[in-house]
Amino acid sequence: MSGRVLVGVKRVIDYAVKIRVKPDNSSVVTDGVKHSMNPFCEIAVEEAVKLKEKKLIKEVVAVSCGPQQAQETIRTALAMGADRGIHVQVAGKDYESMGPLQVSKIMAALAKKEDAQLVILGKQAIDDDCNQTGQMTAALLDWPQGTFASEVALEGDKIKVVREIDGGLETIRINTPAVITADLRLNTPRYATLPNIMKAKKKKIANMKPEDLGVDLTSRLEVLRVDEPPQREAGVKVETVEDLVGKLKDAGRV
Amino acid sequence: MAALFKARRALGLCLGGCRSFTQLAELPDTHQLLRQTCRDFADKELTPIASKLDREHLFPTKQVQELGAMGVMAMEVPEELGGAGMDYLAYSLAMEEISRGCASTGCVVSVNNSLYIGPILKNGTEEQMKEWITPFTTGEKVGCFALSEPGNGSDAGAASTTARQEGDEWVLNGTKAWITNSWDASATVVFATTDKKLKHKGISAFLVPMPHPGLSLGKKEDKLGIRATSTANIILEDCRIPLGNMLGPRGAGFKIAMQTLDSGRIGIAAQALGIAQASLDCAADYALKRTAFGAPIGKMQAVQFKLADMNMAVESARLLTWKAALLRDSKKPFIKEAAMAKLAASEAATFCAHQAIQVLGGMGYVSDMPAERHYRDARITEIYEGTSEIQRLVIAGQILKEYQP
Repeated sequence: MSGRVLVGVKRVIDYAVKIRVKPDNSSVVTDGVKHSMNPFCEIAVEEAVKLKEKKLIKEVVAVSCGPQQAQETIRTALAMGADRGIHVQVAGKDYESMGPLQVSKIMAALAKKEDAQLVILGKQAIDDDCNQTGQMTAALLDWPQGTFASEVALEGDKIKVVREIDGGLETIRINTPAVITADLRLNTPRYATLPNIMKAKKKKIANMKPEDLGVDLTSRLEVLRVDEPPQREAGVKVETVEDLVGKLKDAGRV
Repeated sequence: MAALFKARRALGLCLGGCRSFTQLAELPDTHQLLRQTCRDFADKELTPIASKLDREHLFPTKQVQELGAMGVMAMEVPEELGGAGMDYLAYSLAMEEISRGCASTGCVVSVNNSLYIGPILKNGTEEQMKEWITPFTTGEKVGCFALSEPGNGSDAGAASTTARQEGDEWVLNGTKAWITNSWDASATVVFATTDKKLKHKGISAFLVPMPHPGLSLGKKEDKLGIRATSTANIILEDCRIPLGNMLGPRGAGFKIAMQTLDSGRIGIAAQALGIAQASLDCAADYALKRTAFGAPIGKMQAVQFKLADMNMAVESARLLTWKAALLRDSKKPFIKEAAMAKLAASEAATFCAHQAIQVLGGMGYVSDMPAERHYRDARITEIYEGTSEIQRLVIAGQILKEYQP
């Protein structure tokens, strides 16, 4: 077992920022807007670093696909404890149309190239909420997957994953190598310590292009339009419970 | 003129060759990441509880421990001794972000870093550093700085706390006043005179553990602001410490105190910046939301002019603070710049906090909004670690030295 873990980290608009749609309804405004690491990716990095601290794995490699600014996200992962980074350069129109299919092709290629034992991703990104990259990566690699993980335990060459599902919790045991996607309750990501922030400066970030990995970025999706959610309308007051039930029935809610 | 050229050249040199002053606005990657980390910590861990800490006068024990784990409680201390091994620019950035969340927590961080660890790092022996610095890097223990007395604050040279040698011990007697962190500290740097006739040259610095026989604490002061910190008298009555607890050479105490305060000023300037920025954030946010006469009040020139003046005050003080920090980091003279930074930042803090309440109107006067807390927290920054009046004396003293033919 190589003991190497690949962690995908995505640069997204910060969760606290109010999203605005561009006047031409083509996409959301990203210029000058605060970005940070996707919160589920932070949880993924934390889990990988914890595994390394427990000496269950040897190396954590942080991967990000995107333009130059993606390096900031990789540096944050390095400051949290990742050992090195890989920046797959995707910019301009390619970046705008990049989605889970393209990223999962890249992650799969890197997982093979780096002889990864484990790929840990966030369960979804807070900008597109796709929840597909982990699953697609596993399928492309023909690896088992433990998605929506709230607990991960390495047991020799197998992994026990507790998954959060609609009905409650499901516990599965999968072989390695495998893909895991991190859910909210998996852990609480650490704040980078100042010494680690200093050390992150010296850690290496390798640059590469999707072509180097033999990945075709052509998208099969076309975004037609982006709109703001409808404005919340005022409510209606009713006098009695019967009125309420009547109105609910009329609206087809009951 | 000559002084201006000298200062500009010094800045150019200290920023490292080709970096121009305007590039000062672009912080190095590590410092940007540090600033963001501290900001995230402040937003998530400090801002939500700052009001409660203030109302109930609670020391932020858990948060101080977490900051210790991050390395923020001993930023300048080398890694071998347990610190973060970072520079004063990094310290200023961290102080501003933390104080923006909670000014009291910023105060605890500042006292531990600049006033307690600072003089030991600069003047201590290897053993003293291991014993008195390393346990204070983790956030588990904090220290304090005992210079002021009931009879003298600005007039530090008139210290009347005495130290007499008895065999292999120093025996300290006297009272220290206004000591921040006193009730939460595990050690203190105390300034006492071994010979009153020598005036300020008779003062030496001593390291005293807390608690300790002969050392007791007065009642906690009921302060206007930074209420989550404990401020009290430290009373020394035949307090005995080993001879090895003297910090630095005999008679160097006054110099050590002044040097400590010169650096501490940069930390306090950064604290004031945090309070000022928090006030500006509060006012600008409110101006966009509150409507009057049919529009958000942010559309009114009277409010706009206030916001503009506030931002200018903060930004100019911030540049002064960064300049002082950079000069200190390059080991260039920084006393005047540090005093200017502290003066500018503390006056910016009181100005911004005052204007923020004005923008918020009635809402600024009640505890539902943080503006009133910023107003109360800002006030102390013009007083401690050298009053604004003392800062002006320090600056003028340096100017006259520069112009001396």
